[in-house]
Amino acid sequence: MTSEYRIKQLSIFAPNTPGTLAEIAKIFLDNEVNISAFCIAEANNFGVVRAVVDKPDAVFAAFEKKNYLLKFTDVVAVKMSDVPGGLYDVASKFGAAGLNIEYAYASRSTTTPTLVVYVSNTNISLEAAVEKILASGLVLVRAAEMRI
Amino acid sequence: MFWNEKMETLRGKELQELQLKRLKETVARTQNIGFYQKMFAEAGIRPEDIKTLDDLSKIPFTKKADLRGGYPFGFLAVPMSRINRIHTTSGTTGKPTVVAYTKNDLNSWSELIARNLTMVGLREGDMFQNASNYSLFTGGLGFHYGAERIGCAVVPAGVGNTKRQIEMIQDFGVNAIHCTPSYAMHLTEVAEDMHANLDSLRIGVFGAEAWSENMRRDLENRLNIKAYDSYGMSELFGPGVAFECPEQDGLHIWHDCYIVEIIDPKTGEVLPAGEKGEMVVTPLVKEAMPLLRYRTGDITMLMEDDCPCGRGQKIARLFGRSDDMLTVRGINVFPSQIEHVLKNIPEVGDQFMVYIDRVNHLDEMTIDVEINKHLFSGELSDLARLQNKIGKALHETLTLRANVQLVEPGSLPRFEGKAKRVVDRRTI
Repeated sequence: MTSEYRIKQLSIFAPNTPGTLAEIAKIFLDNEVNISAFCIAEANNFGVVRAVVDKPDAVFAAFEKKNYLLKFTDVVAVKMSDVPGGLYDVASKFGAAGLNIEYAYASRSTTTPTLVVYVSNTNISLEAAVEKILASGLVLVRAAEMRI
Repeated sequence: MFWNEKMETLRGKELQELQLKRLKETVARTQNIGFYQKMFAEAGIRPEDIKTLDDLSKIPFTKKADLRGGYPFGFLAVPMSRINRIHTTSGTTGKPTVVAYTKNDLNSWSELIARNLTMVGLREGDMFQNASNYSLFTGGLGFHYGAERIGCAVVPAGVGNTKRQIEMIQDFGVNAIHCTPSYAMHLTEVAEDMHANLDSLRIGVFGAEAWSENMRRDLENRLNIKAYDSYGMSELFGPGVAFECPEQDGLHIWHDCYIVEIIDPKTGEVLPAGEKGEMVVTPLVKEAMPLLRYRTGDITMLMEDDCPCGRGQKIARLFGRSDDMLTVRGINVFPSQIEHVLKNIPEVGDQFMVYIDRVNHLDEMTIDVEINKHLFSGELSDLARLQNKIGKALHETLTLRANVQLVEPGSLPRFEGKAKRVVDRRTI
């Protein structure tokens, strides 16, 4: 079942002003949501906060209620070895499989380091991407495992 | 070439006599309208007091809000049985304004359009594509009947389906087109993408929004046409009130049908020719909905020089609406222009705000734009692309660089009544 590897990332639109991140973090806190992976992507005057969390649906509704602009983005989380060359191993296998990494960020919230990856090939479904990744010998984290 | 040479070139005493006769008739007609009865009573004037053209200044102004208060038929001077057609204005705030026409009104209106189109070189046998909204908007049917009157073959193309519009110009051999200037620009771009051959096209008639000389040059070069500015408003029949002649230097307003005054919008004081202010118009041949000293809200001026074409005094091309003009780095900017640009971009949400600052002696314009919630992809790259797209579109229209900031839907102020979308933070 490839769908169990589909991880729902929250992509939250965030104006680039003091206090914005605190406001967002407060919503996670108030809903008792734990963040397993997180990054901020910034452009001119605004950013997108990306987060993988344990209760994505509940917190999505909480953000919507507060009029945040957000969206789920399907990503995968790949296990990396905690040794020199860990990232190279993952990246080279993605490359060999023809999978384009649009962006990625690392997480240590599971027992091993993982790399959260957004694959942006328009002609490859997430399911097909998951199959290719598994076939390359990499280990993917199940969505359920991210929720520990 | 004239459609009605006598009326188009009427001047001096003869014109004044005709204007006075028609003004008296108009004043008499307004006395069938409750609003004007009350206005005259409150101002302490009687219709008989209007004995000369100068007496016009005794009459108070009529404002758009007054018309709105009369919704739907409070401003009719004739029984409904004499009404032949109804249009409405766009109604950006609250209820639209209803305008109505008798058979004579529709005839007068078509005659004015016929004058205009003849003036810019359209003749019997020319093909005229009317790429204008044919429903309640007056630009559709107004031009349609005017062009038919001079004997053009009219293509009632309506708006949208740009590729089909271009194919028709090409396949039918269309000679003239009427649309908004912004649609003309879009049409030009699509035609270029299609490598269409639009050689038959000679004349473009563009109106319903203020457009710049830059845009005219661009449209003329790219479409290889002569582009003419058209002015009108539904309350004054619709398009056809004033129009450019081949000199392309100001618009001839038809003095046998409209008395024009330019006033200081703040004090109401009447300004001399050459001074910019709000145009106040008293239509002289309207039957169904006569108006007195109607404040158009449009900023222009009466021009001083005679026109070589022999027609009457011109008004300058419209500067925009009286209530909202900004000057940024010496360039006049109207929030309506910004709105127009933003409205054409689907990823943009409902609201925007404009901030003007002075940074190092230079004006800086910042525009906050709400994102359309339904088109948010969650991807930063899409947002950056949108930001660029908005910046480029604004620059094309305003010829001014603006700093565009994307904000969340719902985060900008909402307005009841008239929106105040501009915050000028400049200090001198």
